[in-house]
Amino acid sequence: MTSISDAPQNPLPFNSARSRKVPGGHVIRWLRANLFASVTSSVISVLLIALLGKALVSLVQWGYWNAIWSVPGDQTGACRSIRGLGACWAVIPEKYRFILFGTYPFSEQWRPALVCLTFITLFYVSSRRSWWRKELVAVWAAALVLIGVLMWGGIAGLTYVSQDRWGGLPVTLILATFGLAFGFPLGIVVALGRRSKLPAIRSLCVLYVELIRGVPLISLLFMASVMFPLFMPDGVNIDKLLRAQIAFVLYAGAYLAEVVRGGLQAVPRGQHDAADALGLSYWKKNGLIILPQAIRHVIPPLVNTFIAFFKDTSLVLIIGIFDLLTTAKTSIIDPAWQPFSVEVYLFVGLIYFVFCFAMSRYSRHLEAQARPG
Amino acid sequence: MTTSTPDLSRRRRLRFSLNRQQLIGLAWQILVVGIAVAIVGWLWSNALHNLSVRRISTGFAFLGREAGMPIADSWLAYNPKDPYVRAFIVGIVNTLRVAVIGIVLATVIGTLVGIARLSSNWLLSRLAAIYVELLRDIPLLLQLLFWYVLMQGLPAARAAWKPIEGVFLSNRGLVLPSVPIAEANLWVIAAAVAGLIALYMLRRQLMARQMADGKVRHLWPYALGLLVGLPALVSLGLGASWTVTMPELRGFNFVGGLTLAPEYFALLIALVTYTSAFIAEIVRSGIQAVPRGQWDAANALGLRRIFVLQRIVLPQALRVIIPPMTSQYLNLTKNSSLAVAVGYQDVVSIANTTLNQTGQAIEAIALIMMVFLTISLGISLFMNWYNARIALVER
Repeated sequence: MTSISDAPQNPLPFNSARSRKVPGGHVIRWLRANLFASVTSSVISVLLIALLGKALVSLVQWGYWNAIWSVPGDQTGACRSIRGLGACWAVIPEKYRFILFGTYPFSEQWRPALVCLTFITLFYVSSRRSWWRKELVAVWAAALVLIGVLMWGGIAGLTYVSQDRWGGLPVTLILATFGLAFGFPLGIVVALGRRSKLPAIRSLCVLYVELIRGVPLISLLFMASVMFPLFMPDGVNIDKLLRAQIAFVLYAGAYLAEVVRGGLQAVPRGQHDAADALGLSYWKKNGLIILPQAIRHVIPPLVNTFIAFFKDTSLVLIIGIFDLLTTAKTSIIDPAWQPFSVEVYLFVGLIYFVFCFAMSRYSRHLEAQARPG
Repeated sequence: MTTSTPDLSRRRRLRFSLNRQQLIGLAWQILVVGIAVAIVGWLWSNALHNLSVRRISTGFAFLGREAGMPIADSWLAYNPKDPYVRAFIVGIVNTLRVAVIGIVLATVIGTLVGIARLSSNWLLSRLAAIYVELLRDIPLLLQLLFWYVLMQGLPAARAAWKPIEGVFLSNRGLVLPSVPIAEANLWVIAAAVAGLIALYMLRRQLMARQMADGKVRHLWPYALGLLVGLPALVSLGLGASWTVTMPELRGFNFVGGLTLAPEYFALLIALVTYTSAFIAEIVRSGIQAVPRGQWDAANALGLRRIFVLQRIVLPQALRVIIPPMTSQYLNLTKNSSLAVAVGYQDVVSIANTTLNQTGQAIEAIALIMMVFLTISLGISLFMNWYNARIALVER
């Protein structure tokens, strides 16, 4: 997976024009070196500039020049008349509360907003290397409790809000964060199991990982939403969101196990021998010696898996759980606003992009740090 | 674990006792397997109980019953009166149709974008980087819905866009000119495939002879004969007809030609663009993994740039590229199951409908698993074979 992540741009000698000395000013020199270094390069540049210019002009016309930013109430007539020529951004201020927080009681929506902030703070804190200490586990536990209290309420003067009214960004963040928080330890245990000397445990772990990775996530979600009740005794009924959450934990566990296994393989044999020579038990050996090194090896691919996982939470749309994408899709069922789904999808796409882009920048930063020299 | 002195020590251990470590190991295994068996057994007994309460019989007998589900977009003849087996086969063909074409297109586009990212042309490499970053960081499902909405926003069939003669793009999908496939045409295609195989074997032989005596041998006359001449002869001999049928607008829809339904088209675009962004990164890092000295050496020999890329760099890069590429192909195939979100009836969507109609949840999910595990295994085997083949080139 490291191979997919970015390395600093290191221009290859497709042609070595960069080093050629060219007369002229700074800008001209830059242009000649980077856009017009050869005939082919010049042709490509001219073509691209023409195409890009045309695309940008029509985009600006649609998204800004001809766009409508607000309309009174539900009267979208003005928007409809310019459809295709200009964007109707008026749909965003009209619907953003629903897109972000779903059907959560309107007057209480500061609570999910606070939850989102808590999540973002939590992510930020966890990304600082200086914070990677034991206390971080306590911080996580406290933050998760706080999130539970804020979402459910029912104590400290907050009114109770049941799960089926949750929606939007908090649900996406909850699915992703809890999925990773429980899937990661599971993945570590399974990765250790897959490298264990005990044949029964090893084959169980292989079976689990390969079965989960062999089928599409959707079929796991179908299983969680349709098959799960079949497997429960009479009268036991688990909430739909929790069922999906369990499916995500199992899914994340299998993928993270493979990443962690890669790290385990990179730890030299001598480390095992040294730990054995010290007389450490299996768990102490792995917990204190092997795993810290293994996980450090695979931090960038781990972050890449986190990104993939964050995007994958959007699949709950198919089993009807109200995450960010589902609220977006639902918000434009309203006949008055139906034709403006492109604008809504762009808005939601931007939110997803900000989260994933931040994570991918972070992974790149970690990789640059890890590279020797 | 010493293997060199097995007999004596093993017999002794058996006679006295297992040593402490082995005992602990055995206890752990029994414990874990016991827990796993207990959980599965408990779930299974619940399931049996629930199924009998709901009067759902287990087993695959339902596959013979009439499906009664309409399938709009199918390459095989199908009508709702057909049994569930038939519906499943149509679904599998639909999955393969989107996966295979998607893999080919994503590989081509991804490779081009990956090479463009390394271009010395600043604008081109920046644009490629934006393409990759933008597509990678937005969920595939969102992109799919976006493309589908755009497709629906296209003009109606009457006002369809006509970029080239015979190609129509409208909210009915993409309509292309097509050639009716008769038996004679199939024979011509078979002749072309046979020509390709013969050419491949010939090329190996010519290369071997060139290696032996150093004389350059041209392949192109043979290629012309085997790939063009042979099929043309077969075509003339059998009298195959190659008249292209142009689609025509009649009333509210198109007649003739090949129609790609909007659902299929949106799914294909979404899968191809999304996966090509990942493939571009794989290709880029694969090329960058080739040591600089290889470039310098090739340049010093005065080879042309395209030749350097084609013959020197890419073959070496391929060894780094193939393993992660395999997992991208598997991802694309699994992601094709998102079809259910736009109503394209792939195997997952048909299994889901079956499940809702018959209540055969376990069987439907088992079928999905079987289909995807088979496809995954097929792709893995092929890529491993290819990987082994390109690795052999190394001396």
